[in-house]
Amino acid sequence: MREIEAAAITETVARLAVESTHFLPEDVEGAIRDARETERSPLGVQIIDEILENAEIARERMLPLCQDTGTAVVHVELGQDVHVSGGYLIDAINSGIEQGYGEGYLRKSIVEHPFGERTNTGTNAPGVIHTEIVPGEEIHIGFMPKGGGCENMSRYQNFLPGAGREAVIDFVCETVDLSGGNPCPPLIIGVGVGGTAEKAMTIAKHSLFRKVGERNPDPEVAGLEGELLEAVNALGVGPQAVGGSTTALDVFVETYPTHIAALPVAVNIQCHSARTKHAVL
Amino acid sequence: MAETKAITLPLTDEAIEGLRIGDHVEFSGVIHTARDAAHKRIVTMSDAGEELPLDLRGQVIYYVGPTPARPGQPIGSAGPTTAMRLDPYTPRMLGLGVKGMIGKGGRGRAVREAIQASHAIYCIAVGGTGALLNRHITSAEVVAFEDLGTEAIRRLEVERFPAIVVNDAFGGDLLESGRRQYRTSSRPVPIGGGGA
Repeated sequence: MREIEAAAITETVARLAVESTHFLPEDVEGAIRDARETERSPLGVQIIDEILENAEIARERMLPLCQDTGTAVVHVELGQDVHVSGGYLIDAINSGIEQGYGEGYLRKSIVEHPFGERTNTGTNAPGVIHTEIVPGEEIHIGFMPKGGGCENMSRYQNFLPGAGREAVIDFVCETVDLSGGNPCPPLIIGVGVGGTAEKAMTIAKHSLFRKVGERNPDPEVAGLEGELLEAVNALGVGPQAVGGSTTALDVFVETYPTHIAALPVAVNIQCHSARTKHAVL
Repeated sequence: MAETKAITLPLTDEAIEGLRIGDHVEFSGVIHTARDAAHKRIVTMSDAGEELPLDLRGQVIYYVGPTPARPGQPIGSAGPTTAMRLDPYTPRMLGLGVKGMIGKGGRGRAVREAIQASHAIYCIAVGGTGALLNRHITSAEVVAFEDLGTEAIRRLEVERFPAIVVNDAFGGDLLESGRRQYRTSSRPVPIGGGGA
């Protein structure tokens, strides 16, 4: 059994909030740089250049990459041999969100009552917090400030159990086509197939923590990822949907065993400002 | 790289006349910010016959909710938000005299028609480049709806603020024509595609 102070969790989450919103991950920036070389549309290339310049300005001047500093999505893997002392885990995370968004001059985008008064909580808390109990005595924290524009383009559908991979490809392409420029392409696309409705969306979201280019270890799923990336980029949506050959930088697919009656498919879209940051305690 | 057209604000009918989809423009002068909550309030006030907090005639509206400014700076990160969410209010805003809009993503059919009918333009700034766009905003001042926080209406002075014309005054739609030009897929564009 290992003790971890709640205060250490708060400090870590606050740091992740600030760092993730200012520093574009290297793998994402590298993928955008690569896309510049293959993009066919001159206007698309110009947009990619602005995106790369933005990353540089954000880093050097400590300005958030995007004004939408997101819903704080926090994925916690809690080792079962850890004891959190001096406070409750979830409170500690929300305190970290409040601290990071305050000290970091980040936008507070969370409103209290979704269909009522929509009063801003003023802190960007609460985050959307997923916890998973895992073996060991560490806490892994993944932080994803998820923008509203791309999150709004999420889609879910139940297919007939025999509809197969074609149904997945059609659904993902249709989702990208319909979303146009709203989710800020070039995109990273998370796809969850299987489980139940909430499981499919959760694994789709969780896949977005992967590094660009990291394939699913299952060769059949990895094959689908490659096919999806090609199909999506053939749509011609392009950077910011002005037309072009770079609609997505990558497609991640996660699967989970499902019911004999079911083929759930969830799509969770990430904009090019694919901000994630990890820490291990 | 395409030629850049320098536009000095306020936006004149002559300037609008010369703009076409795909044009890269740089705005200099004054623009005003408004997003969801401000649009809703303007339309509600207008419906009630109340006096609006600013004269919208000839204005360019920028759909943005910036991050808080660090001390000594006029504004924080300030990139565009999704324009389609403002579609229900946009024909009304055009009716009140708005001539230009800056956001991201496409517009619905009714808005595209209203843009053409009002001889106005819709441009995108590159979504997710709020740090870069910050460098083109030289001053910011809240002029209405301060209680809305990041959604308050701000008067911005901008210098060479970069944007791309997506809907011109002649019915052109860059997102639709651009996608057609670069599409190699045999899939039909779904109804309502193009961000429409």
